[in-house]
Amino acid sequence: MDILSLFVIVPILVVLALVFSKGLKQARLIAMTGGIIQLGMAINLIFSYLRERAIDDSIMLFTRDLTWFEQLNIHYSVGVDGISVALITLTAIVVLAGVFISWKIDDLPKEFFVSLIILSTGVYGFFISIDLFTMFVFYEIAVIPMYLLIGIWGSGPKEYSAMKLTLMLMGASAVLLVGILGIYFNSGAEGGALTFNILEIAQVNIPYEAQKLFFPMTFIGFAVLGALFPFHTWSPDGHASAPTAVSMLHAGVLMKLGGYGIFRVAMYLLPEGALEWSWFFIILSAIGVVYGAFAALRQTDLKYINAYASVSHLGMVSFALLMLNKTAWNGAILQSLSHGFMTALFFALIGMIYGRTHTRDITKLGGLLKVIPFISAIYVIAGLALLGLPGFSGFVAEMNIFMGAFLHDDMFHRIVTIVSVSAIVVTAVYVLRVVGIMLMGPVKNPEYLKLAKATWYEKTGVLLLLIPIVGIGVAPLWLSNMILESLEPFIRGVL
Amino acid sequence: MELNSFLLMRHELSLLAVILILLIAEIFISPGRKKHIVSIAIVLFGLHSISGFFPLADSELFGGMFRSNELIHFFKNVLNLGVLILLLQSADWIKEKMTDKERGTEFFILLFASLFGMYFMISAGDFLMFYIGLELSTLPIAALAAFEVMKRKSSEAGIKLILSAAMASGVSLFGISMLYATAGSIYFDEILLNISASHLTLLGFLLFFAGLAFKISLVPFHFWTADVYEGAPISIASYLSVISKGAAVFILMILLFTVLKPLMHIWENLIYVLALATMFTGNLFALRQENMKRFLAFSSIAQAGFILLGLITGTQLGTATVVYFVTIYISSNLAAFGVVQAISSQTGRENMKDYEGLYRTNPKLSLVMMLALFSLAGIPPVAGFFGKFFLFTAAASQGYYLLVFLAVVNVTISLYYYLLVIRAMFLRRGDDPIPFFKNKVYMRIGIVLTVIGILVLGLYSPLYDYIYELSGILK
Repeated sequence: MDILSLFVIVPILVVLALVFSKGLKQARLIAMTGGIIQLGMAINLIFSYLRERAIDDSIMLFTRDLTWFEQLNIHYSVGVDGISVALITLTAIVVLAGVFISWKIDDLPKEFFVSLIILSTGVYGFFISIDLFTMFVFYEIAVIPMYLLIGIWGSGPKEYSAMKLTLMLMGASAVLLVGILGIYFNSGAEGGALTFNILEIAQVNIPYEAQKLFFPMTFIGFAVLGALFPFHTWSPDGHASAPTAVSMLHAGVLMKLGGYGIFRVAMYLLPEGALEWSWFFIILSAIGVVYGAFAALRQTDLKYINAYASVSHLGMVSFALLMLNKTAWNGAILQSLSHGFMTALFFALIGMIYGRTHTRDITKLGGLLKVIPFISAIYVIAGLALLGLPGFSGFVAEMNIFMGAFLHDDMFHRIVTIVSVSAIVVTAVYVLRVVGIMLMGPVKNPEYLKLAKATWYEKTGVLLLLIPIVGIGVAPLWLSNMILESLEPFIRGVL
Repeated sequence: MELNSFLLMRHELSLLAVILILLIAEIFISPGRKKHIVSIAIVLFGLHSISGFFPLADSELFGGMFRSNELIHFFKNVLNLGVLILLLQSADWIKEKMTDKERGTEFFILLFASLFGMYFMISAGDFLMFYIGLELSTLPIAALAAFEVMKRKSSEAGIKLILSAAMASGVSLFGISMLYATAGSIYFDEILLNISASHLTLLGFLLFFAGLAFKISLVPFHFWTADVYEGAPISIASYLSVISKGAAVFILMILLFTVLKPLMHIWENLIYVLALATMFTGNLFALRQENMKRFLAFSSIAQAGFILLGLITGTQLGTATVVYFVTIYISSNLAAFGVVQAISSQTGRENMKDYEGLYRTNPKLSLVMMLALFSLAGIPPVAGFFGKFFLFTAAASQGYYLLVFLAVVNVTISLYYYLLVIRAMFLRRGDDPIPFFKNKVYMRIGIVLTVIGILVLGLYSPLYDYIYELSGILK
């Protein structure tokens, strides 16, 4: 069995083990073991990848190709480059942290972990696929468990949010399906056989008319998952209603599928379409960046603040991808990673605060730094990372994005870049506002004086996420080297 | 003619034997032991289904009136399996409700007679055989729909079905006579040579098409569907939506792709419009249904609309995807109807509201229902996804991107109402959830078989490749 397929097989085995488990204790133990194994596999993958990359310069490594539906030329085809390796590691870390954060889930624990792990299977499968069909299958597998996860274990208007999220994302995947079929039926443009294989399609020049038609479908299909304005409305409601671990996994990992898909499929396979449409989607992304930041400024619910912050930060990812140059792309990938860790960390902390105080309304909270110092201190650190303080991952990513954006010297790009950069200032305001109201000042409610300290499993979950944030911030080079190397084929293909 | 060549009708002859044995058994089994007739019927039909898997030569009989090839043979096997599962699922209902009224045997005989008609319908080589098969397949079902004579709704369903079916087949026959008038023959092969797009031919084609559209319940010939499904016994609703629809789609496809191929420029527009109308109507009406049988009725109307996306192509890919999708659809819909049947026969409850909190009391049934609905909605990795994806691929291969786009919009709409059932089962706790119950053994086998179908038919790709290969026959 090859090293990549294991990323799909191990979760399936974990799910099977969970089906036969009894009670919360067994379920979480199995889920944790599975999570640790996956993290080990991910770390092993990084080193194997670096070793292999030194001697092999093909686009995808560890490739494996099995014919699936022969008549339609559908293959189960996997392979990774530096970008997917990084995102797989992100997934492994967030999933494990999510298991720790859900340590005390009481209602239907077995079903909860099963759904969570099926979701992660979809995500792993998506990141390793290099066949559009396989990729699409995994994409939908990743989305559908969200309905149950939010609907059963969520809070607030959970039925509404779950339905809205599922329908919007599945609707997007439906649009994406048309795009994929469009790509497939044009992949034989130069006389070859029709194929779903990304690497093979990249060799073909898809006719300009087809690119122009199918690029927006493919782009929007993925971008809805990446919360592109105005298709972001599922995200705040969904995050606010979801249980903690699901918000973490969703904002931290699932939304990254959007950016990754845009890059790997829409832009790589339809480069002329991307050039044609970039101005339109740049405007949407820039609106998303600014709008998300201002919306976060006005919210009082912690989860809504963070959800809108995600809209803003993921807007930067698609903004950077559309800048079509190496520096900005590097920034986009780094931003995906760094946002994944940061937002998962935020949602974990919010879950802990909510679990203790039973409110997420910042106007009702105050002085938490005095009563739950560990959680509060980490919150401050995460906030600083989010607003892009040097030394954390966010700074490296945003730096690259806006440097790349400024490389364009025409008026249009200058204006949208300047508008988008202004969001960074707003980010600082909304982060510090929360810190000021919620963590500093007097303790508003005497009951809060008795709040429980962070437990070992909460600390483990939090530290798992904090380490990479600092790690990327302090030593970004090895990671960005890995990414830059993998960007080469895109640069050759797209630009 | 050699006696040997009659073996080409092996399916038909062996089913006829089953029917006759049941008739004789009915006479000799004493009234107190009538319950055994259920097991006898199932075992006999099981043997008949198994015998169907032996290979059959491609040939024709009666000067071309009856023909068989590998694709038809394959499809008869699919129908057999579907009916077998359906019998397993309804065995307990017949045992408990019908045998003491001395009507168990009738049920099987009528059902098998209808299937017998379908065999002839899909094997037809001319319009006469086709029409006889069509009638034979419909009439017994009308009797079966009214089978629960003491229920008003059931009798109403029977009357509704027989009246609309008679109307439809009359119209269809009128259309056939016009086709005969223009082409000078009722044999498919000769019609193919002589057909031209004259006005009379088109009118004939339209009328003929309406008759089949009624059986598939395409909009605007769908008005009977929901009422009949609601009133009829669940097994009959299931039979109508799965077996009867499947067979009608199959013969329609054969006719369109071979005999009526010269009129393709006409019928592709017709199917385009009907596909959209059927999908949108079925889906929009399904949104607000409370009764599970009505719900599944509208969902199956919408599914018929999706099938038309494969029919519009007229290619080998289209044939393969339609047959493949129908096969998958049979197993998914049987699973959904099976769960409804199990719950209804145990508790008599059939409304979506009754399903609230089902997962916490009957987790296995809820999971089966979820898989079935996911398969109907087209969510991977269950089979329905592959079926739908390939249908869309087939339509896109002919450049119908707009149609595919509108179809995927419909997939999203349909997802909403399928999720409503899942919401009731999983998300809600319900004031009065259905208490835990254990299914009897036949029902359990019937449901497990459908689950295997849902899980395996999609992921196991050689099946699709096999169907694709068979589909070359239609060229």
